[in-house]
Amino acid sequence: MKIAVCVKHVPEGPGRIDPSTKRLDRSGEGALNHFDANAVEEALRLKGDSNTEVVAVSLGPQKALDSLRKALAMGADRAVLVSDDAAGGSDLVATSRLLAAALEKEEADLVLFGQQASDADGAVLWAAVAERLRRPVVSQAMELSVEGGSVRVKRQTEFGYDTLEAPLPAVVAVSDAINEPRYPSLKGIMGAKKKPQDVLSLGDLGVDAGEAGEAGSRTTVLALGDPPARADARKIEGDGNAAQAIVDFLAEKRLV
Amino acid sequence: MSRPSNFPPPFSTAGYVTEPTDPADERIEVGVLVVGAGPAGLACAIRLGQLFEEHPDVAERLGDVPVALLEKGKQPGSHLLSGAVVDPRALRRLFGDRLRMDELPSFGPVPAESVYVLTRSAALPIPPPPPMRNHGNWIFSLSQLGRFLAERAEEAGAMILPETAAQKLLVSHGRVVGVRTGDKGRSREGGELGNFEAGSDIVAKVTVLAEGTQGHLTGVALDRFALHGEDPQVWELGVKEVWKVAKPLDRVIHTMGWPLRTGKRYREFGGSFIYPMGKNMVTIGLVVGLDYRDASLSVHDLLQELKTHPKIRRILAGGERVAWGAKTIPSGGFHSLPSRLHAPGLLLCGDGAGMVNIPRLKGVHYAIESGRLAAEAAFRALQRGETPASALSSYDDAVRDSYIWEDLYEVRNMRQVFGRGFFVGGALASAMTMSKGRVELGKMRAEPDADQPLLVTDRDAGYPAPDGQLTFDKLSSVFASGNKTRDDQPNHIRIERRVPREVAQLWAHMCPAQVYEVGAEEGDGTVLVDVAPSNCVQCGAITAKGGRLTPPEGGSGPEYTLT
Amino acid sequence: MSTLVFLEHHGNELQQGALGVLGKAASLGDGEVGAVIAGEGARALAAEAGTFGAAKVWACEDAEVAQPLPQPRVDVLAQVVEEGGYDTVLFANSVLAADVAAGLAARLDAGLNWDLTDVALRGGDLVGKRPALQDSVYAEVGWTSTPRLALFRAGSFDATAAAGGGQPEIADISASYREHSTAVQLEGQDAEESSGPSIEDADIIVAGGRGLGSSDNFTLAEELAKALGGAVGATRAVVDAGWYPYSAQIGQTGKTVSPKLYVALGVSGAIQHKVGMQSSGTIVAINKDANAPIFEFSDLGVVGDLHEIVPKLTELVRQRRG
Repeated sequence: MKIAVCVKHVPEGPGRIDPSTKRLDRSGEGALNHFDANAVEEALRLKGDSNTEVVAVSLGPQKALDSLRKALAMGADRAVLVSDDAAGGSDLVATSRLLAAALEKEEADLVLFGQQASDADGAVLWAAVAERLRRPVVSQAMELSVEGGSVRVKRQTEFGYDTLEAPLPAVVAVSDAINEPRYPSLKGIMGAKKKPQDVLSLGDLGVDAGEAGEAGSRTTVLALGDPPARADARKIEGDGNAAQAIVDFLAEKRLV
Repeated sequence: MSRPSNFPPPFSTAGYVTEPTDPADERIEVGVLVVGAGPAGLACAIRLGQLFEEHPDVAERLGDVPVALLEKGKQPGSHLLSGAVVDPRALRRLFGDRLRMDELPSFGPVPAESVYVLTRSAALPIPPPPPMRNHGNWIFSLSQLGRFLAERAEEAGAMILPETAAQKLLVSHGRVVGVRTGDKGRSREGGELGNFEAGSDIVAKVTVLAEGTQGHLTGVALDRFALHGEDPQVWELGVKEVWKVAKPLDRVIHTMGWPLRTGKRYREFGGSFIYPMGKNMVTIGLVVGLDYRDASLSVHDLLQELKTHPKIRRILAGGERVAWGAKTIPSGGFHSLPSRLHAPGLLLCGDGAGMVNIPRLKGVHYAIESGRLAAEAAFRALQRGETPASALSSYDDAVRDSYIWEDLYEVRNMRQVFGRGFFVGGALASAMTMSKGRVELGKMRAEPDADQPLLVTDRDAGYPAPDGQLTFDKLSSVFASGNKTRDDQPNHIRIERRVPREVAQLWAHMCPAQVYEVGAEEGDGTVLVDVAPSNCVQCGAITAKGGRLTPPEGGSGPEYTLT
Repeated sequence: MSTLVFLEHHGNELQQGALGVLGKAASLGDGEVGAVIAGEGARALAAEAGTFGAAKVWACEDAEVAQPLPQPRVDVLAQVVEEGGYDTVLFANSVLAADVAAGLAARLDAGLNWDLTDVALRGGDLVGKRPALQDSVYAEVGWTSTPRLALFRAGSFDATAAAGGGQPEIADISASYREHSTAVQLEGQDAEESSGPSIEDADIIVAGGRGLGSSDNFTLAEELAKALGGAVGATRAVVDAGWYPYSAQIGQTGKTVSPKLYVALGVSGAIQHKVGMQSSGTIVAINKDANAPIFEFSDLGVVGDLHEIVPKLTELVRQRRG
């Protein structure tokens, strides 16, 4: 079996948006999106001692190799980075196109995602990628097993728990409740550098520059501003009527 | 009057020395193991890479990993913090023709400089005393320089292992044979979590401890091999911030005086630095000797107070704080240097060994130079295939022949004279530097910082209330350090938790990261100290003042990028 | 502008969040608003959609959409967008709707802006409001082509019946489904099996800080949470002190939450806590320290003794909720 895990390299520390490009500033240090570590862990758990191949796939600047190496240090076998100046600023439409192109080449039986990106809070990419790959998709997986050519998933929704089954090849996004990611061992870290790490350009994927980056995107950031002050912030003294005042406030907001 | 040293922590360095415990075939074998990816360790790795390039046969004999470098921070630079106005001589020597100064990530040479004596409302300019003259020195963010040097070290073939704490010194038959790394994935109570990952033995032909100030294994090694210097080591605590500013600062500034008090009984020795970092950033820091006595002194809050001075407020006006950090600086100088800088299989470098010139506020170049010399000594021993205990003694000779020794000797009594009070001390210090150290003042015994008897004043009442713009509370500062340490891990700080109130107050005020709080009365006049270890930015002040810092899980602590 | 709203239903109830988005779409007042309801009982819900502002309801009761799965709904929506000529499709965030929206974006090569809290027309252009970086920045976002897809944060709009809402036109639709769209099978469903909402999912959180005074006083938070139907959270300080388990810790090194209501009891509001809860809908704080930072980002701040106020508050909430 072959499992591809999609991982994102996210900026470390408090994020910052560059006012000139209106993009997230990715020039500083970055790290593996910690939600994606759950996906890597799940892939490695499924792999166990078998000869399953685990490929970590990312789209990002050259520095994203750091995050891919973290996945390799945890135990992934190989890494693929799609990196191209023309890919910067890709929105969901463009990102899913590039990632799907890279995944097409891998022909993995199972593609895993983490539950969200900690930088942009995006939590939708898998569904777009699955659509482009024309594969079934299941999100929010909190338990996952592969058996007889299909994947079985337990997941949580607003209404309770679903058990779902999908034939492979399939795309699954795991929740952070599914496991506790392992720490890379020192031997794992030392071995990571020697594992295959391919960097692909748009040309390698056969994607036109006009289909990537801002040119290939369908959304745009128009302006950036400060968050609104809590509109009707009130402060009261806690005298004998405070409890009633709180209830009145909650009632007014229809919260009780 | 209480002295913190009367309440020693439950800690013994002997517990951190061990024979290798992993089965022989599971140990990780490397040639030279460097502990600490700071300027000393990285210079050592870079120099080794240069030497191995010239002598590939030696590298080949060392196996797959000729040089490995352990770093407890998230990445190289995460735990690096300094002023930093750097004397470039060591960098020039290290890189030779390979790199020009302007190819390093600096903010350029020092453009101009001023020194002021502050009072609460005024700033009196004085001519910079000779040791404070910075013409020809370069301004850096040490954190950024560290990351740059780490890239060079990796290019030179070193294997850098970040997020890895060097927990124990491996000693076999009286010889250092490597280190054991810390466990990961333990709970607060010490139990193994689901993702527990045990530490590993890393064995090496030569181990270089370049851990920086308050180095954990350096402290262990000083005890194990009886390497302590003539005088005990003493420290200062520096707290600094980086600001984005509206208008550029055109000079480096040092201040003395306010908000420190000059009365002799307070023993408040220190000053501030304000350096431009390019056109739109400024760094401001306050350094105070940890031999101070007032349990209510907080360097963090004195820095906040300093920023309210009209002169300094103007520099920061319209700006925004973008980073914060804290670190101790070894300040014992010449008399506190270890008696030897080597032991069988072991070399000591940089701040860990106390190579800091306090009157000049410089140490980065000594760290780099000592790292370079350690690399050469290690290489010579490896080239000859020597293993006797004396194989590394050429390092001591090289350091004694270097400017490190010469400089530190020249200012050897500088630190002690300030115990006589600020103005007297300042005058003596000036006389000493102007005479190139020829004026003998009579060596004064330096006492450990934790031996100073405490007094309690109400100075904390005067610290400014944090406004979130110019002045900040400690927790906001910890946030600005990038610290997001996992909370449910074992406490890495050793202190006696039941102490007299003034000792608890001392720790609570001293710690810039709000790790300690004065807890419940115990009924017998003592109180219980509450500890929040995940706030810790590993500055090391607690070790100076009666406790002991040990390394937490690798990857913990601050994530400095601009300091 | 011609707008289509995806109306999610569970059992025979349209989801409030989706109705809120429908109401918002109708209130923009630029062109008629359509709605899609897909699944069992879709047709029967059409009239209700009309009262919230849908002029036309597309109802799909194909067997393929009987289960609450996203991919067949992408097929339905793609077909409705084409047949109805819609240039804008709006969704209220949910596990299901997010996957439908992203799948549709890929199918139509259409721009999707997500996590929006509001939307407005400006000079004929649709502009979305999107908080970013833990709500520390508000971005205005737009689309460079049609169709425009938007996914709104839960609770962005109240569901209120639209003025002039009435009986909608109902169009039955049957879609053609792609092979991969119907490959996932629902094998089983369990209703919520817990003793109360977890703090990640709770609409209401009552968080306790050091101001509670002791571990025992956490019962104050627990009682209030029970009365409100919410979960209990804790600050790092009290978790550190051993008053409450780490699993309830909210903040930088704990959980990040954004409930509709966040009640902070004796929480000072250190930045480490703030980043874990600042995107909460409404924040109510009770603290005896008038200078506590929490008051700077509370909607209602009460300076007072929580030991007196909270028991009364709990009692009043109980009475009100019967």
